[in-house]
Formats: sequence, C-alpha cells, structure tokens
Amino acid sequence: MNGEQGIANIRSVLQTVDDPELPSVSVLDLGMVHDVTLQGRNVMITMVPTFAGCPALDFIELNVKKAVEDVEWVDTCDVHFTFEHQWSTDAITDRGKEQLKKHGISPPPENYQPGDEWTVNCPFCGSDYTSMENVFGPTACRSILYCSACRNPFEAMKPVVSLTKS
Amino acid sequence: MTVVENAEQAKKDPSYLKALTELVYQLADDDFIISFRGAEWLGLAPHIEEDVAFSSITQNTMGHAVMFYELLEELGEGNADVLAHERTLEQRRNGIYLEKRNGEGAYHEEPYYDWALAVVRNYFYETFKKIKMEAISTSSYKPLANVASKALMEQTYHLAHWKMWMNQLQHATEDARERINSRIEEAWSEFEDVLELGSYANDMLKHQLISSEDYLKEAWLKEVGVNIANPPESPLGKKYGSGRNGVHTADLKQALQTFAEVYNSDKKAVW
Ligand SMILES: [Zn+2]
Repeated sequence: MNGEQGIANIRSVLQTVDDPELPSVSVLDLGMVHDVTLQGRNVMITMVPTFAGCPALDFIELNVKKAVEDVEWVDTCDVHFTFEHQWSTDAITDRGKEQLKKHGISPPPENYQPGDEWTVNCPFCGSDYTSMENVFGPTACRSILYCSACRNPFEAMKPVVSLTKS
Repeated sequence: MTVVENAEQAKKDPSYLKALTELVYQLADDDFIISFRGAEWLGLAPHIEEDVAFSSITQNTMGHAVMFYELLEELGEGNADVLAHERTLEQRRNGIYLEKRNGEGAYHEEPYYDWALAVVRNYFYETFKKIKMEAISTSSYKPLANVASKALMEQTYHLAHWKMWMNQLQHATEDARERINSRIEEAWSEFEDVLELGSYANDMLKHQLISSEDYLKEAWLKEVGVNIANPPESPLGKKYGSGRNGVHTADLKQALQTFAEVYNSDKKAVW
C-alpha cells in the first residue's frame, strides 16, 4: 500500500472511531485528528484534545490505537496528543454537526467570536425560542438548554474559540 | 525574544530551567488545590444545576493542573502522578489562601461549608488566572505558552460563572451582602501571595516566561475593582506567609492526606 492510499485508509478507519461520550460522532468529524503519517507499516497519529479535563481522552487514545492496529497491513500505531494546535469548535465537520443533531445536541455556532451573543436553535424543531438552563452540562463541552417551542430539553456544544483569533 | 521550543532546549540553561520549573509548579499547584477544594463541594452546592456547573469547572481545572504537571514531567521533574500525590508540604508552591478549608466541619461529617467563601475565592482566583494565562500565552517557553492558550479558551466559562455569582450575591439580601463582604475582607488580608511569583520572580521576568509581579497585581486589582461594590481600603496582605516559598498551613496537610488516601493504599495500582 503506498503512502497516500495508506493515509486515506487510516482516515477511513478513524471515521469509525466514535467519541465514547458522543456515540456516532467520530473523532475525525469532531476535528480531533490533526495529522496522520506513515513509516512503512507504522502509523503515527497526532490528535488535539477537546477539553483539557475531558476524562474520555484516555479511552479515545486506546480506541484509536486499537482500531488502527486491527488494520491488516498495520504493525503499530502511536497516538500522541499535542497542545501545539488548539482544538476549537470550528474544527467540527458538517457531517459531525449533523450527527450531533441526531443526538439532540445542537452544533456550535458558525464563525463565533469571543463575546458574541450565543443563540442556539433547537436540534429537534429548529426553533430559536430557546433558553439556557445551564452553561455547564453532563460533559465539559456541552450545555443544557430548553426549547419553548417544542418543549424539549436539549444540549448544545459550547462554542470554544481562540481568544487571540483576529 | 528567544523562543525555547522544547524541554531539551530548556534543560541546557540551568538558570532558565530553574525559573521555568518554579513557575510551572506554582501554576500546577494552584489549579490542583483549588480543584481539590472544589471537589469537596460535590453534592453540597446550593442547588442541583450549581452542582453540575461547579463540578464541571472543577474537573476541567484539574485537567489544567494535569497539563502543568505533565510539563514538569517533560522537564525531568518526575512522573506527573507522583508530583501531584507525593510531594511534601514544603515542596508545594500554591498560594496559601487557596488551601483554606471550605468552612466548618468535614466532607464526611457535618460539612458546614460556606458558599460565600467559595464564590469569593473562585471569583478572585479565576480573575487572576485569566490575567496570568494571558501573560504566559506569549511566554518564551513554547510548550507553556501553548498550554496557557488552551486553558484560556476554556477558562472563560469558569470566570463568567463566578462573576455572575459575585454580582448576584452582592446585590441580593442584606445577609448575602454581609457574608460576601466579610469574605472579601478576609481574602484581602490573605490573597497577596497568590498574586506573587516567589523568590525566582526576577529570573522569570528576565527569561521572559511571564510579566512582572507588579503588573500582575495591578491588573488584578483593577479588574476586581470593577466588580466589587466596596473594595477594602487596607492594602493586600499575606497573613500566613508565602506559599510560593513552601510555607503552608495545616489545611493543606489535611487536603493532601485526603487526596492521596486512595493513591497511598496501593501506589502500583492503575486506576
Ligand atoms: Zn424545539
């Protein structure tokens, strides 16, 4: 298998590794995979953590390693988390956003700047007649909201963006 | 500015390395101890939503402590878990005010904790953390600057939360105002070492790891001045000494004993 094909193959495998706290949303779609490189049959994956205190990171590392090492032509897979590149909610792919909605989680706003008003549409009915119940939700990356239009509680991904971004 | 890209480079200059490790110990130990005190509130916060919020903030802040302990590990200080669990009282570098007990009683029996202390302490701390993280986000040590930028992106939610409590309670009932004010008075006489950098402050500045103590202190006073209705007129104090130089109280001893209880029961176990 040549380099380009190999990397494409690994990325398709990563498409199947989900965040344990967001089943059906892959680590690739969450924007956590920074880089994939090959040295022969050895795979090196650089990932960016979502929230620093996220207890799922160790599991994600294990799951990624295991999934990649299960590929027939792969000998070893090293997973490395880096802080050189900061994860932001802008890194979530369109497909990731669609998957989040299926889970009753509103995706983060597009082009959000620090200090902007954060308006959230209901992932079920699309209404913006919603209110924040708690900025802090069941995991560090989520908030709890309520939709007054369809009367459903739901969650939303908190916008996380660099404060120094111009 | 000479940018130091990694631990190997940092280790080549003993004076740089010493100033850097001292600074990172302070950052790690501050986040660690405030998270420990936060964790002791679990299940005891004023209402259920607050319990979710406070524990989320605490978990995230402990994650920041882990990032700092891991930087120390890279710098050759030893395993991050060992640094968190096994260092003695004298080796700890957190500001003393941050180790103060949450109130009367203990977590397992009669925890008469004081919410006013939690609000004032966390508001003061998070306000300062933002200033400090901004100051080191341009640090000469690149791995530290990266971690600071990461912490800043998340910490903005923590600070907003405690600022909200602070503003609400200061404009609530007479009782709430009095209790907040008396905790502010208390903090004023104890908080100063949190704002300081200890005996290596000049080297930290010289090596462009962080801004000067004077700058940090001024910036904090200015910021809290905006949100406190009546700031105390007395100068800031450090009643119990400076935690930056390894001086600590019996409260930290209690915290470390409780924190390391499970760890000490089997140091080889993988949890
Ligand atoms: Zn709805």
